[in-house]
Amino acid sequence: MSGALDPTTAPKFQVAAKALMGDSQLRKNVRHATKVIQTKRAKVVAEMPDWQDLREAGMQMRRHTMRHLDFYLEQFERNCTAAGGHVHWAKDAEDARRIVVDLVKASGTDGKAPTEVIKIKSMTTEEIQLNKALEAAGVHAYETDLAELIIQLGHDQPSHIVVPALHKNRSQIREIFRREMNLPDLGGTPQDLADAARRFLREKFLRVKTAVSGANFLVAETGSVCIVESEGNGRMCLTLPETLISVAGIDKVIPRYQDLEVVLQLLPRSATGERMNPYNSLWTGVDKAPTGGDGPRNFHVVLMDNARTEILADEEARQTLNCIRCGACQNACPVYQQTGGHAYGSVYAGPIGAILTPQLMEMHHAQSLPYASSLCGACYEVCPVKINIPEVLIHLRNKVVKQQSSGFHILANPEVMALKAVAQVFRSESVFRVSQKLGRLAELPLSRKDAQGVGWIDWMPGMLGGWTQVRDLRVMPKQTFREWFEQRSKGAAGRRAEDAAGKGSDNGR
Amino acid sequence: MDTEGLKGLVSGSVVQEKPVGEGSGLRVSLFITCYNDTLFPETGKAVVRVLERLGHSVEFPAGQTCCGQMHWNTGYQQEAMPLLKRFVDQFKYAEAVVSPSTSCVAMMRDHYPLMAERLKDENLKAEVAKLLPKVWEFSEFLTKKLGLEDVGAYYPHRVTYHASCHGLRSLHIGDGPMKLLRAVRGIDLVEIENLEQCCGFGGTFAIKNAEVSSAMLSEKVRGVLNTRAEAVTGCDNSCLMHIGGALHRERTGVRPVHIAEILASEEGGAQ
Repeated sequence: MSGALDPTTAPKFQVAAKALMGDSQLRKNVRHATKVIQTKRAKVVAEMPDWQDLREAGMQMRRHTMRHLDFYLEQFERNCTAAGGHVHWAKDAEDARRIVVDLVKASGTDGKAPTEVIKIKSMTTEEIQLNKALEAAGVHAYETDLAELIIQLGHDQPSHIVVPALHKNRSQIREIFRREMNLPDLGGTPQDLADAARRFLREKFLRVKTAVSGANFLVAETGSVCIVESEGNGRMCLTLPETLISVAGIDKVIPRYQDLEVVLQLLPRSATGERMNPYNSLWTGVDKAPTGGDGPRNFHVVLMDNARTEILADEEARQTLNCIRCGACQNACPVYQQTGGHAYGSVYAGPIGAILTPQLMEMHHAQSLPYASSLCGACYEVCPVKINIPEVLIHLRNKVVKQQSSGFHILANPEVMALKAVAQVFRSESVFRVSQKLGRLAELPLSRKDAQGVGWIDWMPGMLGGWTQVRDLRVMPKQTFREWFEQRSKGAAGRRAEDAAGKGSDNGR
Repeated sequence: MDTEGLKGLVSGSVVQEKPVGEGSGLRVSLFITCYNDTLFPETGKAVVRVLERLGHSVEFPAGQTCCGQMHWNTGYQQEAMPLLKRFVDQFKYAEAVVSPSTSCVAMMRDHYPLMAERLKDENLKAEVAKLLPKVWEFSEFLTKKLGLEDVGAYYPHRVTYHASCHGLRSLHIGDGPMKLLRAVRGIDLVEIENLEQCCGFGGTFAIKNAEVSSAMLSEKVRGVLNTRAEAVTGCDNSCLMHIGGALHRERTGVRPVHIAEILASEEGGAQ
């Protein structure tokens, strides 16, 4: 997958999915990886006696935050600024890109604008396609997270919010490293690959003076930023450079330092099946000691809206913003397990992507995503902050239907016409009865009898053909249930009279 | 009985009512659902047989049609609203409502209160709140309302059970159906791998995303075949129609059968 994941140009989910499902290597990789992470998660969740209470606490905390988002964002700004950080507000992706590019350019220590930055894995910067904008401004961004490095060197795109290279296996990664790092003799063990990445990255950590990160959480009470990671590359980026620029959606804020107690239990167990992340970094502004202390001298936070306030304004969908980006819904989703992440045409794949992406596009793009779910509820069950994803999917489907039903759109859409017609049928039992009879007639030409004399349909026209591509359909029986029941009731009328007279019953054998 | 159990049902953790037991003669109103009425009348007949055998009477409100699930879940919420009103009108005086479909009952429990809320109809809201605690999915009516596991069935076949997503994750019926099946005489019940995995039906999902749905179905069919069962059962004919459609296409000889039809079978009767 070399083209950027851009919901404004991505094909419909069902089209992209069909193409990707032809890749048997990809499907094996995705099936294997999601299964491994799910199993690890299930184990560390099962050992927590208060897991459901934690989920509830997480949900309540996130809901409270969203209700008072303006308050907590301003509180964060005040406290971060007081600690020596600089807070910037970005209305949308373009705004955010411009702010970051300007900050990077201004970050040169020797009067020259830097031509390189190092980066920590950040889906928010993927969302705004920051690397492309930096490149256009003459700045090369080095991804330092192992998975993001694999993606970058492989000219690929992330397919999972926590494990972006989940769709690649070890031998594919070895090939990418051999080719891109010019290591013809590279071995194939995990150790070999990690060593190669370490050697490749170490030199960048020591040389590059400007870093760009995302954020897992912004603590309003203290003005602190929190990042959790597994490899230590993050810690390097957060401590070695002179300038650190952190880009965060405004949804990342949490009220109190103490709230980390809840999310730092929920997140690692849900995301990677670990009790705790190997690296938990938390910093507040800069070290202002005149002699020069640890960490960057210049620290910037870019608080980005990019349609999040639109989502907040929608009462039924605002729970989308409660997401803490653990990816558990992706691993649990039977649809994602079949297609992998690229089918969603967005850096946010899987169930959370299916609700987040169309809303980030203000429902102008990605309208096929709310339908990329069988509504099985597995996502809701594993969500650490209890986002009722099926409910939001249904709500967004309604928005899509409203778009399709307006004006001339309705005429171009046989599905809308059909479902509206069926709705009329259900509004009257007599029309329903007639339709049942008509249905039996309509399917007659398609019916073929099997050895037992039962009629089956193995081909249907138009949209319905989706069903018969791998499934047969039994024809309607000659008598509906209601016809049987009425017939029986007529026959039983006499018997009931006997019952009333106390002469026994044919019931209750 | 109108208000008992409401709290438990709505929150999903059912507070056990006092089991009514056999022979106390409830008047059960059957909500057959539109697709069972049209495509699976045998399931309805089996529900009637089981309930009557247990000493209850069954009535069928004739004005019933559809719960509105297909429209609601596909995004046609406006179209689903009149179906809520129709359901309430048809069943509001019922002593108990039983329906052999997990997804339709889930539709009611998960969405009817919200729908009534959105219609801003206080009267309807109150009626929905009063009616919902009386609505039972068929297997949970037996296990939770009547407190039964053994309903006197005989079914000498190798069977595997498919747990529908709505039954599992919305109604939380858990192992209730398995308890009912284990008590069936002669049955050779074998558990399927990945019981909690969706079969890929998802209503209009099977049509709109036919490729992905087919891939999910293929995994489920493999699970069914690995059990070497001759029949796959469940509490929702929509999943069974989906799985059964592929089982027939592949000429596996494995048949789908609703749990009510197994529980209705008796020694000496036709199997």
